[in-house]
Amino acid sequence: MTTLRRTSRTTAFAAIALLANGVAQAAVLPDDRADVLYHRYDGGGVTIDGPSVLLRKKFAEKYSVSANYYMDMVSSASIDVMTTASPYTEERTQGGLSFDLLQGKTQYSVSYTLSDESDYTANTASVDLSQDIFGDLVTVSFGFSQGWDEVRKNGDDAFEETVDRRSYRFGLQLIVTPRLMTGLNYEVITDEGFLNNPYRSVRYLDETSARGFSFQPELYPHTRTSNAVAINARYFLPHRAAVHGEYRYFTDTWGIDASTVSIGYTHPWGKRWIFEAGYRWYDQSAADFYSDLFPRADAQNFLARDKELSTFTSHMFSLGATYELPSLGWDRLRRSTVNLFYDRINYQYDDFRDITAGGAPGTEELYGFDADVFRLFVSGWF
Amino acid sequence: MRASARLALLLVLAAASSGCSSVEPWVKPYERQYFADIVMSAERDPAAAAYLNHVFEAREGGRGATGSHGGGCGCN
Repeated sequence: MTTLRRTSRTTAFAAIALLANGVAQAAVLPDDRADVLYHRYDGGGVTIDGPSVLLRKKFAEKYSVSANYYMDMVSSASIDVMTTASPYTEERTQGGLSFDLLQGKTQYSVSYTLSDESDYTANTASVDLSQDIFGDLVTVSFGFSQGWDEVRKNGDDAFEETVDRRSYRFGLQLIVTPRLMTGLNYEVITDEGFLNNPYRSVRYLDETSARGFSFQPELYPHTRTSNAVAINARYFLPHRAAVHGEYRYFTDTWGIDASTVSIGYTHPWGKRWIFEAGYRWYDQSAADFYSDLFPRADAQNFLARDKELSTFTSHMFSLGATYELPSLGWDRLRRSTVNLFYDRINYQYDDFRDITAGGAPGTEELYGFDADVFRLFVSGWF
Repeated sequence: MRASARLALLLVLAAASSGCSSVEPWVKPYERQYFADIVMSAERDPAAAAYLNHVFEAREGGRGATGSHGGGCGCN
């Protein structure tokens, strides 16, 4: 259930980010728009797809309301599932509402998101504030989110745990030259509660087992605090195109250090097309309590064999195209686009082994896989 | 960590309140037309961008500081 657990917790906050859009451009509320998106992730034995709908409406150039509906339909036969459980299917639904108020050069936003699936419920409330200063060349923003989660376990009605999540964030956007803008984001996130997966196990050497190893439930610390800082830049090229780049450094109290580098290029073609290409590199070290194979049962206080906590590197290549549709003759529809984005991600793990490949314990092939991510959506501006 | 967040807040508020109106804009309003071009929009498609961030958070240990709009992804 790795996918499900991480899915529910993560998308709730991603939706907050989505609903809070426009905070960076404090002096202007986002335009009225509607997006209908189909998303699909396929990789590592996991397929997740579903729809997402986003609606935005502003009133009197001062107020703005956003609503988002999102659904994941999960079919998982991941390597975690195949080694210790059975393939499963699951659905998760999520709804969110956001309200923005613009006063002069200050924008206030409040958001609420509810994510629900059979064994996890996540509630997230968020407030954001942003202010334009220095002749609108600098935008400063602050935000805070509070999350309350319930963790359950299918097949065990007595199991019920909670997670308390908090996020503190700060952002700065700066127009440097007529062609260059840069940004800095900093975020502290704290978690407290049941942070591991109630289904996942770690493995340890066991001479009494025919395979040479056995499994026991994983056990994580009940607290986690992380710090992340990112810098980005976007530059307008002379031939009406743009390049952008970003670097992010991440560190947490579990011992994970990670770096992310991404670059991209956006190129319009004719009056109706915009093409994009990009590359993203991600690299992280393992959590202190992670091991692919522990030397014995109960080898230490905390135990993890979640590959997302292992040492690994990923590479992502992206392509995207946007086509602006001819006028449909509807007075209220100012503009509409059809968009297709494709991402290919390769994950290569340095200390997570493929048990299904066979071999002596600790000498199996290292695990890796490719994932294909599709986003097909229609957008309309009113 | 909370102390550092408060310190950052105080520093920015102090900078913002210390006479920002007297700062001469180093990029004039009539020089900002490129930033209105759609190719310079960092989050042209918020629903699609949020989904991709979700994919990253689900597969990686790293998290946060993802949004230029301050929303970020405070998930665990």
